[in-house]
Amino acid sequence: MRLEVIDADKCVGCQCCMFACTRIHRDAGLAKSCISVKSAGGMQHGFLLTVCRACEDPPCARACPEDALVLRKGGGVLLKEERCAGCGACVKACILGAVFWDEDNNKPLICRHCGFCAEHCPYNVIGMDKKRTASGEKI
Amino acid sequence: MIGADPLRNVLYVNLTNKSFRIADRSDLFGKYMGGAGVAIQLLTEECPKGADPLGPDNPIVFAVGPLNGLYPLASKTVAMFKSPHTGNLGESHAGGRSAVSIRMAGYGAIVINGVSERPCYISVTGNMVYFRDASTLWGMGKSETVGKVIRANEPSSGLRTIMRIGIAGERLIPYSCVTTETYRHFGRLGLGAVFGSKKLKAVVVSGKRSLPVIDQRQYEKHYELIFNKATESPVMKKYHEIGTPVNVTPLNVSGALPTRNLLSAHFEQADLISGETIAQQCLGKRLACAHCPVACIHIAALREPYEDEPYFYKTSMIGYDYELLYSCGSLLGGSDVPGILELLDGIEAYGLDCMSAGVVLAWATEAFINGLISEKETDGLRLAWGDYKVYLKAVANIVEQPNDFYRALAKGVDYASSAYGGQEYALAFGGNEMPGYHTGPAAHIGYLAGARHSHLDSGAYSIDKKIMVNKAMTPEMVATEIIAEERWRQILTSLVICFFARELYSTDVVIEALRLSGFDLDEPALKKLGEDIHTEKFRFKVREGFSFDALRIPKRIFQTPSGAGMIDEQFVRTAMECVKKEIMSKVEATQ
Repeated sequence: MRLEVIDADKCVGCQCCMFACTRIHRDAGLAKSCISVKSAGGMQHGFLLTVCRACEDPPCARACPEDALVLRKGGGVLLKEERCAGCGACVKACILGAVFWDEDNNKPLICRHCGFCAEHCPYNVIGMDKKRTASGEKI
Repeated sequence: MIGADPLRNVLYVNLTNKSFRIADRSDLFGKYMGGAGVAIQLLTEECPKGADPLGPDNPIVFAVGPLNGLYPLASKTVAMFKSPHTGNLGESHAGGRSAVSIRMAGYGAIVINGVSERPCYISVTGNMVYFRDASTLWGMGKSETVGKVIRANEPSSGLRTIMRIGIAGERLIPYSCVTTETYRHFGRLGLGAVFGSKKLKAVVVSGKRSLPVIDQRQYEKHYELIFNKATESPVMKKYHEIGTPVNVTPLNVSGALPTRNLLSAHFEQADLISGETIAQQCLGKRLACAHCPVACIHIAALREPYEDEPYFYKTSMIGYDYELLYSCGSLLGGSDVPGILELLDGIEAYGLDCMSAGVVLAWATEAFINGLISEKETDGLRLAWGDYKVYLKAVANIVEQPNDFYRALAKGVDYASSAYGGQEYALAFGGNEMPGYHTGPAAHIGYLAGARHSHLDSGAYSIDKKIMVNKAMTPEMVATEIIAEERWRQILTSLVICFFARELYSTDVVIEALRLSGFDLDEPALKKLGEDIHTEKFRFKVREGFSFDALRIPKRIFQTPSGAGMIDEQFVRTAMECVKKEIMSKVEATQ
């Protein structure tokens, strides 16, 4: 099961997903969000959604010198915080920019594909794909 | 207020010597919460008595409140300044990304003083203020382009707002606006001209941070309650689907839609400009302010051919709202949707307040038809109801000001009518051009009584519905209801919540949200605070020369039947006496 963008053209830019992600991290504000919605060069041109794609062979995990990012069942990674040295190699490795950074703890913020953001998207822009992995294979 | 809450921080920026400082103002935020409550205190502190609205001493205050960044639909920023349009209290609210960005940057308020030596914009990010040269942006045609250039030049991360002015603001037209995120505006009372007078082209604010709450679990629970109400409520659905233009039809049916400069309040072609019609024909996109699931912002896609070259088209994305369809639609007697949209696009590009601009054009059209002015004044333009090609040229002239007449129009209808006549149909209240509700006496009493002479001060048009049902409502009762509502709205605008959510944010919901932000206030305390903030605003107004006795009432409102029938002048005047008595007794008591 992974989070997926169903239709970015329906996004109104309310950013409720970002605030939801923050709350599931037991915080308020936006510092702990691992999803991002930004205007694509002016709001009239729609929005860019940055969401972890739950890669099957995640570059972020391969880039980690401490093996702090372990493969998650269904795609993507889980952070073993105690192993993370805070080098930021994972951030650079993700060309989507879907590895976010926790400035307070100096560690990455990794999407857990919990679906809480999707529950707070009023327009079904994002949702949970229960059957597919990033490469499109059925599991 | 919670000890760690960055809301307490006020950023003071001085454009004259390119300096800034951050001050802990928990004294103000602890007492007035934020938004309007804090802004009026900062304005009173920073603006010397009698200051020239376009001089260096007039401060610009942006304030947000404790609920911004924490709860959905807490999406507004309050701007306060001395208005160059009325020469008195200037207050304007906008959403977009502005409120959440200011909160995420770690401020409760930003105060901008002084005058820059040359055109500049400021970028506020990470405890720093960067003063950028904007000489190359000065005079740039479209505010959208200004936004693009700034976006490309500012590496700042996190949530970001870009608040900017157009040419109208640079040229100090007193009803020019500040645009944020292309489609939202600090529209009314001329903040754009205050920016222009400071050579300030734009303010960029960005940030990303955590906010403290008293009890995380309870906060999450309260959040879900508000969020679910917002996404399930029929009221919100209405604003989501058709947007504010959903009001065109019901207002027209009830005979309350100001038409042709209020020669009528029924527009026979209203169907052609209704929210439903425009949505079907050209709704291109819906957008939301940051942290608002409702997404009431409606954008029309207008596809236009280039006349000089075949198979060349452009598609413009143009924001429309009820107030714009009133001021630039029915009030101008126009039902040509592409024409209306082109006019809105033109006004938007110059950075004028669409409401004031429409009312100014409506007055000029009637004055032209009546022969008060001729083609000599209009520079050859034959103003006529619904002729948008001519209106577009007239708007360009208001900005370019080729002669005395357009210089007068650029000062608003009060001024233009004092110079050329036609005051009886110059639709302005307290110097501010009329909003789109001729629902009955209460709406007009609301415009006159309101601290910013806006329909949003008290939403008094809804009281007219009660008057229609209960004919026994006295002027005293209307005055009392209007003042009570305006006082409660001071609380909402101190938090700062969008008025569309006022029914979701009932007193109980507000009290619990405030408790979780460390404000322990019960209902009587909140009501008292609302009254105090309202009084503080009038205290400022009186200090700057405001007098209830000097308010001009355009005769036209008594001549055209409203949604509640003919409006009795005596009713309005009696109600205004009650308003004056109540407000002035409080103002004098606190002095």
